[in-house]
Amino acid sequence: MSELVIETHKLSKRYGDVVAVDALDLAVQRGEVFGLLGPNGSGKTTTILMLLGLTEPTAGSVRVLGLDPARRPLSVKARVGYMPDEVGFYDDMTARQNLSYIARLNGLSHNEARQRIDSALARVGLHEVADRPVATFSRGMRRRLGVADVLIKNPQLVIMDEPTQGLDPEGARSFLGIIEDLKAEGITVLLSSHLLHQVQAVCDRVGLFRQGRMELVGTVPDLARRVLGRGHHIHIQVQGPLDRVTQALEKLPGVVEVQRGEDGRFQVAATHDLRAEAAQAVVEAGGRLLGLDIEQPSLDDIYRHYFEEVNHERTD
Amino acid sequence: MSAQTEAIRKGRREGSPWTGLWAVVGKEMADHLTSARMRILEVLIVLTAAGTVYAALKNLSSSGDDSFLLLKLFTTAQDPIPAFVGFLGFLIPLIAIALAFDSVNGEFSRRTMSRVLAQPIYRDALLLGKFLAGLFTLALVLAAIWLLIIGAGILGLGVPPSGEEVGRILWFLVASIFYGGIWLALGMVFSIVFRQPATAAMGAIAVWLFFTVFWSILADLLAQALSPVRFGTVEELFSQAQLNLTLTRFSPNTLYSEVMLALLRPTVRSVGLVLPIQLHGAVLGTPLPLHQSLLLVWPQLTGLIAATILLFALGYVLFQRREIRA
Repeated sequence: MSELVIETHKLSKRYGDVVAVDALDLAVQRGEVFGLLGPNGSGKTTTILMLLGLTEPTAGSVRVLGLDPARRPLSVKARVGYMPDEVGFYDDMTARQNLSYIARLNGLSHNEARQRIDSALARVGLHEVADRPVATFSRGMRRRLGVADVLIKNPQLVIMDEPTQGLDPEGARSFLGIIEDLKAEGITVLLSSHLLHQVQAVCDRVGLFRQGRMELVGTVPDLARRVLGRGHHIHIQVQGPLDRVTQALEKLPGVVEVQRGEDGRFQVAATHDLRAEAAQAVVEAGGRLLGLDIEQPSLDDIYRHYFEEVNHERTD
Repeated sequence: MSAQTEAIRKGRREGSPWTGLWAVVGKEMADHLTSARMRILEVLIVLTAAGTVYAALKNLSSSGDDSFLLLKLFTTAQDPIPAFVGFLGFLIPLIAIALAFDSVNGEFSRRTMSRVLAQPIYRDALLLGKFLAGLFTLALVLAAIWLLIIGAGILGLGVPPSGEEVGRILWFLVASIFYGGIWLALGMVFSIVFRQPATAAMGAIAVWLFFTVFWSILADLLAQALSPVRFGTVEELFSQAQLNLTLTRFSPNTLYSEVMLALLRPTVRSVGLVLPIQLHGAVLGTPLPLHQSLLLVWPQLTGLIAATILLFALGYVLFQRREIRA
């Protein structure tokens, strides 16, 4: 189903002379996990607030689930769960009391609220501490409570701002697991972050933000091709006649460069994934294939490369 | 649905601005009533009431005058303890400011504001809910104290309250609640303007101190400057005093004490300046009926309510324009 859950057209927000978001065109499909990436102050949070109708756009249009958040804020906010960055709770209230306030604000009946609170707390693994004051919760527990809070309203779309920031690796991993569960249920997720390997792990598509503009959108491999401008790097380890293997590899169609390392290691740069062809070439040249691996493009590389490139352009 | 779409097409907002209002009121009131801050204030006000009423009871049982005894419980001072109403003048602002000073900026500093506003409610409901919760809490505390005092009076004096007395006490309760409402709304305005709860509390207390201590001095000086007495004529003296009175009435404290005077002392016939000629034919010392006393301070009473509404409206406008991102 390729229905658009979020659609913005030339969306802009200015605070005085400062342009926070500049003519943003964003389209997120139903069931997708979309990552907004960019440095602090690049307009991610402002974009999110406009999607929720919490800030009015200066220009442009927004449609969330087909509705205009500025005109129909109640309908939008009843269907969209939002977890702000550094989500806060009323510390002297218990987890259950905090969620029950949110349920009442959503107009849920007492019974319905209790059921949903119980199931939401169980899903994020907090049912055992449901009646403890939130003041005793660790940061990771608060984030998970934030997810439970979002789940109370059975959202179609969940928006998370920097959800894994400040979590320890274990906490972050279990949090990413929760996001994957949401995706498995068909809930669309929009998350903003600058923790790249985590975004890479869960996001179907990412958009790179810079100074209020989203200049690159696509899947991670897609972005790698566009930003890094190189194809695939294949690592091979071989025993046997290394010179003949080198020649054989160089002759393969699509190979750009072959570098020889120590201990029979090769690094092959190619325009596409040549693992099968390379293996065949090594064996036919009389070599024994010990190892074969392809280097996955990392979002870290893309990000660093992209922002470095941009900075170079600007200093020139 | 079609009516709703119609309304949206006309540019009106969807749904009622008060969606979720009672959820906010319920949560905020529960917060107020269980907070340590409120307990301290309750203890303070109960101790004050107990001390002053005890002193008043001792005084009253030794005096021969037995008209409007219950009202006198509020107003009788026994040296060195002032009357209960004297304490109310500053206890009510204290409670109101304590309830309101961190109501909005506290949500920002706890980072709960954006989470709450991401629920299907308008900002209107959040702000009004917080204000009403404060007002109801104040009303609850004051009503409890009122009942305790009446109860102590009935037990201590052995006199049942008359309908007239109950009416006066209830109107005085209404006036006290709205006197608190002013400070509550002021505290909320400061909590919207200032990001730090401590700054907001200091701001509200500064305003309160200004009206309690400095405004009467300032009104005096202003009256002397704007309407000077050059030749010492009666007209000059009178117009200066009149201006002075008008100026002091800008202070909610003055309005409240005038309402208090007229409602709790039925023999009071005027809260302003009186020329001897205006008293022609009046039988001094006889009490006024309740509706006459009310008529006397009706402007003051409506003034208290109007000031509450105006201050709330100011806070409302400021809050609507506030950017949500912290």
